[in-house]
Amino acid sequence: MASEHVVVNCTINGENQVFLANERDSLLEALRDRIGLTGVKEGCNNGNCGACCVNMDGRIVNSCLVMAAECEGAQIRTVEGLADGDQLSPLQNAFLEQAALQCGICTPGFLVAAEALLEQNPDPTEHEIRYWLAGNLCRCTGYDKIIKAVQQAAGQSVV
Amino acid sequence: MVTAQSPETEQYNVIGTRPIRPDGVDKVTGAAQYGADLQLPGMLAGRVLRSPHAHANIKSIDTSKAEALDGVLAVVVNADFPRAADKDVDTGEGSANLKWVLDNVIASDKVLYKGHAVAAVAATDHHIAEDALELIEVEYDLLTPVLDVRDAMVDGSPLLHDSLHTSELDGSKSDSPSNTASHLQFTKGEIDAGFDEADVVIEREFETSMAHQGYIETHNGTAYWRADGTLDIYTSTQGAFPVRDQVSALMQLSQSQVKVTPMEIGGGFGGKIPVYLEPLAALLSQKTGRPVKLTMNREEVLLATGPTSGTYMRVRMGAKRDGTITAAEVHLAFEAGAYPGSPVGAGAMCSLAPYDIPNQKIDGYDVVVNKPKTAAYRAPGAPQAEFATESVLNELAEELGLDPLEMRLSNASVEGNTTAAGMPFGVIGNVDCMTAAQQSPHWQSELEGPDRGRGVAQGFWFNIGFESSAYGQVNGDGQVSLVLGSTDIGGTRASIAMQLAETLGIAAEDVHPQVVDTASVGFTQVTGGSRTTFAGGWAAYECAMDIRNQMAQRAAQIWEVDEDTVEYGDDAIIRGPADEDGNPREISFKDLAAQLPTSGGHIVGRADVNKTSSGPAFATHIVDVEVDRDTGKVEILRYTAVQDAGTAIHPAYVEGQMQGGVAQGVGMALNEEYYYDESGDLKNASLLDYRMPTALDLPMIETNIVEVPNPGHPYGVRGVGEVPIIPPAPAVRAAIANAIGVHMTELPMSPRAILEATTLGGD
Amino acid sequence: MQAVKYARASSVEEAISLLQEGGDGARPLAGGTDVIVQARERTRDISLFVDIKHIPELIGIDHSADGLTIGAATPCYQIYGDDKIQSDYPILVDSCSLIGGTAIQGRASLGGNLCNSSPAADGIPSLIVLEAQVEIAGPNGRRSVPVEDFCTAPGRNVLAAGEFVTKLTFPAPAGGSGARFLRFIPRNEMDIAVTNAATQLRLNGDGSVAWARVSIGAVAPTPLLVADAAAALIGQPLSEQTIAAAADASRAAANPITDMRGSIRQRVHLAGVLTERTIRQAAERAA
Repeated sequence: MASEHVVVNCTINGENQVFLANERDSLLEALRDRIGLTGVKEGCNNGNCGACCVNMDGRIVNSCLVMAAECEGAQIRTVEGLADGDQLSPLQNAFLEQAALQCGICTPGFLVAAEALLEQNPDPTEHEIRYWLAGNLCRCTGYDKIIKAVQQAAGQSVV
Repeated sequence: MVTAQSPETEQYNVIGTRPIRPDGVDKVTGAAQYGADLQLPGMLAGRVLRSPHAHANIKSIDTSKAEALDGVLAVVVNADFPRAADKDVDTGEGSANLKWVLDNVIASDKVLYKGHAVAAVAATDHHIAEDALELIEVEYDLLTPVLDVRDAMVDGSPLLHDSLHTSELDGSKSDSPSNTASHLQFTKGEIDAGFDEADVVIEREFETSMAHQGYIETHNGTAYWRADGTLDIYTSTQGAFPVRDQVSALMQLSQSQVKVTPMEIGGGFGGKIPVYLEPLAALLSQKTGRPVKLTMNREEVLLATGPTSGTYMRVRMGAKRDGTITAAEVHLAFEAGAYPGSPVGAGAMCSLAPYDIPNQKIDGYDVVVNKPKTAAYRAPGAPQAEFATESVLNELAEELGLDPLEMRLSNASVEGNTTAAGMPFGVIGNVDCMTAAQQSPHWQSELEGPDRGRGVAQGFWFNIGFESSAYGQVNGDGQVSLVLGSTDIGGTRASIAMQLAETLGIAAEDVHPQVVDTASVGFTQVTGGSRTTFAGGWAAYECAMDIRNQMAQRAAQIWEVDEDTVEYGDDAIIRGPADEDGNPREISFKDLAAQLPTSGGHIVGRADVNKTSSGPAFATHIVDVEVDRDTGKVEILRYTAVQDAGTAIHPAYVEGQMQGGVAQGVGMALNEEYYYDESGDLKNASLLDYRMPTALDLPMIETNIVEVPNPGHPYGVRGVGEVPIIPPAPAVRAAIANAIGVHMTELPMSPRAILEATTLGGD
Repeated sequence: MQAVKYARASSVEEAISLLQEGGDGARPLAGGTDVIVQARERTRDISLFVDIKHIPELIGIDHSADGLTIGAATPCYQIYGDDKIQSDYPILVDSCSLIGGTAIQGRASLGGNLCNSSPAADGIPSLIVLEAQVEIAGPNGRRSVPVEDFCTAPGRNVLAAGEFVTKLTFPAPAGGSGARFLRFIPRNEMDIAVTNAATQLRLNGDGSVAWARVSIGAVAPTPLLVADAAAALIGQPLSEQTIAAAADASRAAANPITDMRGSIRQRVHLAGVLTERTIRQAAERAA
């Protein structure tokens, strides 16, 4: 049952990273346990909650459904890469101003997913936002304020 | 965003505003440290072996192969724990028998539900720990599982506990053992006479499924048993002190030997009050001398941590033609799960509380079944009980041709009424919520279109108080470091700090709250019961008053005047008598703070409160639905939640509690259920098949905060978290009936259930 | 997670030899959204992932006069984002935008959906009504299988040891044809289908049905091609009666089980409802 280890070279939040992963590690486990990026969260470990959402080569993925060994050469962006130093991104600010988080455990996944939405669709409708984020579960907010935060970040007027 | 304060809070400077929460930046950057994020030097990873059977005797457990696996450092079973005394321990939501608490943490002679912990492993990494589980050999003697509350109550049903006898109404115990742990009853008036007065009587039976709190963060627990015999626990919990007390009792340590550090918590809703992993991590750490972190996966969370009770309920209610309710009889049988302790008592107390009904009889039964031990879930017991009572009330209104809100208003509990459970009402917002709902744009609007319907329901939750602590240190920069014992699930750092800021007359941003460990602050009860902003805020108020007094004393000292002549003003200016030249003596909070180090030292304010009172909360919800008759699927078209918050300290987080409660209530109404097969195997133990609402399943949820200040709180606060989960299910049921004329009798009202009740009805 | 190893193949030949060397425990890995979960939850013995998505011919979309070719590992988002698929094969947009959530669609592929061979797969009924051919490579060379013959039982299919799916090919859509996929789930996203259905039909100038294919899923051990439903439509005007007859045929063909996602009665009923709805909506697209 012994596992092998594998060296992975990739870019995480703009920095070159070389790390040693257990061959059994998912990207989620590698980010959290090997690299220390614990902003990415485990909620279900089978692709049904979105808490582990990261951006991989320009697309959002559930990092629990990616093997670490697959990430050789990949460009990965996590919640830790959203702010520019101490300058929060417009989306991060909108989440704070709209009170779009309560416990905060789903927030990193929502932020990464919503950022990807706004990159490809800068002016989404409410339905488009809800559809895009349907794979990210939040149990605290009823989603209302999360949707409004995304609308605010998109420059839309928020009631 | 709404930034204007409501009339009720205009008198305040901080209360009623919407500052950015103090912990917000850490939570949008990924810096916040939740329990599973913790790394300690030399830390081991642990996993738990769980029973594949719902009901079985454990014949033997052989851990030798697992222990021999390279990288495994320890394996523990129930027998490795100190023998738990047969006594009660405070669990943060009441008390429980210590032996049962331990047996739920790790099974002794019997497994009582699928997923019941049997052994735990610590290894150098979690992959190895997981491999080791497959090497543990357990021999079981299978027993027949009892999965339905009514089956469990029948004489001759297989018994979960040979030693369990029913606690009867008179306090006696039943002669023979039973799965019914207790029977409780509340009565008022003469029930038979009440029904004799009624022109219309409706009786309905209901069944509801177990449902899970569904917090997105799974359970975790890390322990480090130090060489000096002290034990450090790090965990995502709703109550660090109750964890300390449970773990110290189970490990037979003194409370002073155990320090619990509450990590950030990713949701709880009541489910993160019991201990599950902490005692296992503690024992594994004692055996290995190293820190051990245990985490659950989602399947384990659904299998083995607290759902809320499944129920069988029967309600009979009678009214006169004018809508006056004359009598109500409520029968509640609640599944406790594997060990006694369902929330049937709270459900019984809440079930008819919104209404002043002269003749009532409410019976509750707490029943063990081969399912996970239930834990508190947001207004524990009330969503089920009030689903039953509100549903029958709606049907009565329909039968009598009365507007359901009018009928509620004409029977509403008001100040001076007393419930069947003997709870007297002071100033309450019951009628205010109903009236606000009546006047809402939603209720005033017309609902058009085929297969669409509107429903309304009321909700009640009493809220609780109890112990909270707050320590505030005045810093030289004129700001305050505030130390709290309440873990912050949904913005309570903000709501407590705001009450301190208001009392001191300083800005919310000048208060820096920290949630600290059990050695660093006074005893504080769980974050739950909708008590934290209430009792924590009260502690903050008293802490601030302590600071005000000390600041005034210090100013008197500096000015060399009598203390009685100095006052701390609400504008944060400390004023004394005029000096010899007739100039006013005054100094701002900030200026005096700067002088503290050189004028006698820093000031720390302190408050430890224990409030037995609280402020009841009421809510009125309106929902519009559309039902697809071909598929049985219900779409929520529009939702309005009205709720009395007493005083909304941070309105955005009050709205958030209301919206989140609605989402959970809608989930319970439509799709969330524990689906067992006959063997007691939970077939939907994943977030794929345990269907919580997604962003696409809900509309925007309109909120209307009513503020009827609670006279029993310095700022009029009532708890807000619990009550909004109560009305959704009965409101949705009424809307479905209004849309397609079918009165559902079960939760969830899933597409399958609705199809069975309509198109596929009969055989 | 089982003790699984990982190997990246850069050519079809390399993938075949890796799969052969890996033996029974070797599984192709494309988007991984099913197999990684199966390995983690130990519901399938997997000792080696052979990553096939870096093989050039397994990724991409190619339109030609003969029809459409989709590399088996092409992620769903690329499929529903393709302009010509949106115009010529909108039923593939139906399916690919319903498989999982956005993050799943960033990885999951139609080839993977097919090879997972779930009775409830949201991709397969659409492939069946589009008359897709499954291109397979293996130690004994390449072969092609009609998609309706691919799945053999829940989680099982015709792939032999060392074989894997390289691409899916589709005939060019005939003029006057339209196709629609629908599924029923309790929520609005993220669920596995309780029942699903797809219909493709071609209409004559007079509005009668010239040709049709109907497929239903989650009502039998494999997704079904319902020949009787098509037969009920072909040569008939699209009347209430015709559509009801096709729905009856689907209900008759359905042979489901009761589980946590749906009951037998519910699934049989929904097979009829969804057949009706897909026929109507396919006809709208054909018009």
